[in-house]
Amino acid sequence: MAFDFTRRDFIKLVGAGTAAGLAGCATEPAAPAKPVGTVIVVGAGFGGATAAKYIRMWSGGRIQVFLIERNEKFVSCPLSNLVLGGSRSIDDLTIGYEKLRNYGVQVIRDEVTDIIVDKKRVRMKRVEDLPYDRLVVAPGIDFMFGDIAGLDAKAQETILHAWKAGPQTVALRKQLEAMPDGGTYILSIPKAPYRCPPGPYERACQVAAYFKQAKPRSKVLILDGNEDVISKKGLFMAAWDQLYKGIIEYRPNQEVKQVDAAALTVRTEFDTFRGNVLNVVPPQRAGDIAEKAKLVTANNRWCGVDWQTAESVAVPGIHVIGDATLSAPAMPKSGSMANNQAKIAASAIVAQLLGQPVNAQPQIINTCYSYASATEAMHVASVHRWDAEKKTLVTVPGSGGVSSQRSEMEKQFADAWARNIWADTLA
Amino acid sequence: MKRALSVLAGLAAALPLAAAAQTPNGRDLAAACAICHGTEGRAQPNMAVLAGVQKEQLAKLLVEFRDGRRPGTIMPKLAKGYTDAQIDAVSAFFAAQKK
Repeated sequence: MAFDFTRRDFIKLVGAGTAAGLAGCATEPAAPAKPVGTVIVVGAGFGGATAAKYIRMWSGGRIQVFLIERNEKFVSCPLSNLVLGGSRSIDDLTIGYEKLRNYGVQVIRDEVTDIIVDKKRVRMKRVEDLPYDRLVVAPGIDFMFGDIAGLDAKAQETILHAWKAGPQTVALRKQLEAMPDGGTYILSIPKAPYRCPPGPYERACQVAAYFKQAKPRSKVLILDGNEDVISKKGLFMAAWDQLYKGIIEYRPNQEVKQVDAAALTVRTEFDTFRGNVLNVVPPQRAGDIAEKAKLVTANNRWCGVDWQTAESVAVPGIHVIGDATLSAPAMPKSGSMANNQAKIAASAIVAQLLGQPVNAQPQIINTCYSYASATEAMHVASVHRWDAEKKTLVTVPGSGGVSSQRSEMEKQFADAWARNIWADTLA
Repeated sequence: MKRALSVLAGLAAALPLAAAAQTPNGRDLAAACAICHGTEGRAQPNMAVLAGVQKEQLAKLLVEFRDGRRPGTIMPKLAKGYTDAQIDAVSAFFAAQKK
């Protein structure tokens, strides 16, 4: 039964994808030539979806691309703190995958359960195994809940991370709405590296903005596992002082080791803190599937890649992109980076399968905005180029930096960045 | 532009063969700009469209951003990461795109 269902379904799916591709995209060839190769992309976040689209674009439709994603729709982590602040809804950040079909990307909604490396096949829950010539793995992060005592499955029902945008984001907002005025919201930040370095500090701003307007006697307590604010420090400190004085309290070197969901407490090495809403962002590692494919090479957490091509240093023929990778120096785990890394992988894969020279000097950009309030934002930006001697991506000396100050103009730029990166990734 | 070209010529003469042989990949460089300026420079509303902009005009803007002669927020910082040859390649790519 399962076999019949999946095969028929699958052929329909492939047929539909190709037809849509021909109708919707002027760059498609008039008649579908025999594909020169098949690429499977696992995970349709900022990295995976971008890789799938650009491989189709840059191969002129000659490479067949399957994009496998378990979620029905994309929910953007960037801007999701605004849902907590109240200036955006989760629907504003939710986008379907249907427009990728215009490029001939064949989107399969399924979960990859295994990667059979020696046979170059991907195993899924519903659809039968698919073979690939090259594979892109973009699984994002999973959490190391076990590193925090007491954060078991039961405790996770009330102590949220909301570090993958979606239901948890909405649930955390509801917890904040239900919190009595005069209460304390505790945000625990893991030691770096983690997804989106400025994200927690932006979250503190957004929750404080909500409190300032709706529950002015309430507090935001930041327990940072790091020894200092690790991103846009001066800008965040200024915002906390000028906009949220008396609301936000920042405590460095407070890595949470234990939680008690019933008592609503968190424990660090020396102190115990009690709050009304506990938002614990646990330490992170590459998404589960990376480990199954033996792509994890660093500290049992991250996937090492050759940054000239984003190809795994552990398994030839597999490219890993996005937050799951062992970042090059000064390279944050961000949506902009994942999107840009996807283009390094796409360029290399297209060249390899079409028998063309690989771009030997990739150069990419990170641009990351943080919203200090509903009306003001600030940025950090950097340029990363391949260094042939160091054999990694390095920031170009003299380039990059942060905003001189937060501003309403940069809020407009931040909104435009979001619209553009969403469209570049998904439309 | 004249300046960019003369610097380019100088570089080509000074560098060993292997490095001189590598022309910057305009398509790949331009793809990085898409996070703010849209796929192939076709930006969403409220952001500069780069697709179809005249090559000399775009190269001039980028050089001015880089050399501190044009104010901005992010662009002066990003432009500092690009050589004349890269600016030339990226500008040529965007100029060739349909609006």
